[in-house]
Amino acid sequence: MNDGAVPDLPSGAFLPKLDQNIMLFVRLLRRIGLPVGPASMVGAVDAVMTVGVANKSIFYHGLASCLIKRPEDRKLFDQAFHLFWQNPKFMERVRDLLLPQIKVPGLDTDDAEEMLRRLSDVLADRSPPQAGDETKIEIDASATASDRAVLQSKDFEMMSGDELRAAMASMASLTPRLPQRRARRWRPSQNRGQVAIRTALQSASRQFGMVLPHFRTRQTKPRPLVILCDISGSMEQYSRVMLHFIHALTQHHPAVTSFLFGTQLTNITRQMRHRDGDEAVQLVSKLVADWSGGTLIGSNLALFNRQWSRRVLAQGATVMLITDGLDCTPDGDVSALEMLDFEMERLHKSAYNLMWLNPLLRFDGFAPKSRSIQTMLPHVDDFVPMHSLQSISDIVDGLQMVGKRRSHKLSLWQQLARDAALTTRPDNGYAQIKRT
Amino acid sequence: MLERPFETVGMLQADLRDRGYIASDGLSVSLFLALAKHRPLFLEGEAGVGKTEIAKMLARLLKRDLIRLQCYEGLDIAQAAYEWNYAQQLVEIQSRRDVASRAENLFTEKFLIERPLLKALRNHPNGPPILLIDEIDRADEAFEAYLLEMLSDWQITIPELGVIAASEPPIVIITSNRTREIHDALKRRCFYHWVDYPDRELEMAILAEKAPEAGVDLQKQIVEFVQILRQQNLFKSPGVAETIDWAQALVELNCVALDPQMIDSTMGVLLKYQDDISRIQGSEAARILAEVQASIISSEMSRQ
Repeated sequence: MNDGAVPDLPSGAFLPKLDQNIMLFVRLLRRIGLPVGPASMVGAVDAVMTVGVANKSIFYHGLASCLIKRPEDRKLFDQAFHLFWQNPKFMERVRDLLLPQIKVPGLDTDDAEEMLRRLSDVLADRSPPQAGDETKIEIDASATASDRAVLQSKDFEMMSGDELRAAMASMASLTPRLPQRRARRWRPSQNRGQVAIRTALQSASRQFGMVLPHFRTRQTKPRPLVILCDISGSMEQYSRVMLHFIHALTQHHPAVTSFLFGTQLTNITRQMRHRDGDEAVQLVSKLVADWSGGTLIGSNLALFNRQWSRRVLAQGATVMLITDGLDCTPDGDVSALEMLDFEMERLHKSAYNLMWLNPLLRFDGFAPKSRSIQTMLPHVDDFVPMHSLQSISDIVDGLQMVGKRRSHKLSLWQQLARDAALTTRPDNGYAQIKRT
Repeated sequence: MLERPFETVGMLQADLRDRGYIASDGLSVSLFLALAKHRPLFLEGEAGVGKTEIAKMLARLLKRDLIRLQCYEGLDIAQAAYEWNYAQQLVEIQSRRDVASRAENLFTEKFLIERPLLKALRNHPNGPPILLIDEIDRADEAFEAYLLEMLSDWQITIPELGVIAASEPPIVIITSNRTREIHDALKRRCFYHWVDYPDRELEMAILAEKAPEAGVDLQKQIVEFVQILRQQNLFKSPGVAETIDWAQALVELNCVALDPQMIDSTMGVLLKYQDDISRIQGSEAARILAEVQASIISSEMSRQ
């Protein structure tokens, strides 16, 4: 049926108005973030014509079957539906708001301002090159090279605004390769693997009945990568850079799913698919309400394990956990630590590989003294720093080999954590005497 | 254009009910639209809420053939759409005396093996069949892309043979358990419906249909218990299939009213994860049961 046109409507004063109203309703839905294309809108008008408008519930479901594509959009749709179709005043207000639009569609004022700001940034930076002075250019070039070397090993926390921007820009040039796994499908192979009888016969019928040997092996495909990134107060300096890092990974591989957690857990995969890194980060910062708050790692992981793990960890996924491991539960809260222990264990068991990226590792004298870090360390497969461009590029280089070899450093860290736990545990007599 | 099998949404819902499938308003509307507009219906929802069942029921209701394609990882064209019968082609080649004409006419319908997708496009004596593409989230993304041509134009392109188009489009029902997200391009071509757990009334009606031996009192208790259980933040909430199983199990055990011991010993029918079972079994189950009894009494009081 789908010929792309609105079907012939019975001529009546009411019905043409209805499809105008549906159009307004669709615009409202787009405004609040539902991905509704023009085809879905035409489909919705068509659907309503088919089921009729006599019954409200049927009208609702008629619209819903065309306009909702994800279950998480249902609540928004619900609210919009009740506001829009039950309150005629609201409908008029929406009409006033949405119809006389002269602005670029899809951009509201904040976005436009942000675009302007970026535009002016670009204009200010790109001063026309000075002609003539060649020696100066030479000096500039050498300075840039050493600048880059310094930038490579500099802590993100110590970077100036410009340096940070340069660091974020350099994320885009990363070429990450995800670890591979064997898939169920076959691919033709030159001279090894299983004999591919079907392909041999297929080519035989083209080669006048001559059967030549053909081989096939299993295809490989990238393991999905799931990133859980902490955006609590203690991670403030890193979260923006991390978003650009996640963006670079997502751009290279469709199989990257990412979440931010602070006081709540937010899926930012769709935002990260946006081509432009800055715009993607902008979208995320609008979506997430809990920047730089406290964090409860345990309860966030519990939420992830219950709601998402079956959906995103199904195909042998690698998990990247980006956090400093500093939980804001009061020290000595045993139930929270038990929960953290249980959920970390579950996450570890349901993932192919669990990698912990921790900015605290930048300190030479770092020791796993926090109870939450001691609780988490036994359940990870790798424990690596992520404070500078150098450490990020090490992570990216090592990504392909994830799961292939055991990290030596990890066992050292785990040993350190066990030792530290012995000396600080409250049931250890020495520690108690010292405290009192 | 084909005639609509049903005049109104209500008629479809009533006919389904006669056959023993109780569909919610949302599901009936989506199904009605899919039938009227000849577009696929995409059903997503937790396991055990009756997604596959609706396709079977529809086949019985419309007296059409049901063609089922169970998806799994690695599913490819040879198993989903068509395959050439190479062995037979080879025999054919060797039986031909004339060397020059050996390779001629090898890719014809005679050597084509039809798989579910292609079969669904063929003419069927009972009218267009019902094609059930089950658990599409288990197949790879590549398979989704392959479905796009078939679902929008009702045709399959076979390079050696040409385009095979359906004279009458089949009724397509796609289900997904959401173990991964399905691409928007595929969803856009379908009517989408999220099959939720039923509410109290609907679940009572389903139990009355599927486990009438249980009696109204026990049914009420079961439904109330399961409804409360679904709000408990479990790893896997019980679906309708579990409710029906539980009711039937309780009937088998000659149970007339729920008691804590009976609940504990039959918990494995409702919950399928050890973590969930150990959380609910015992005191928690007794607490929920008390809540169930209180709410049933209060609803009866209000009715009087």
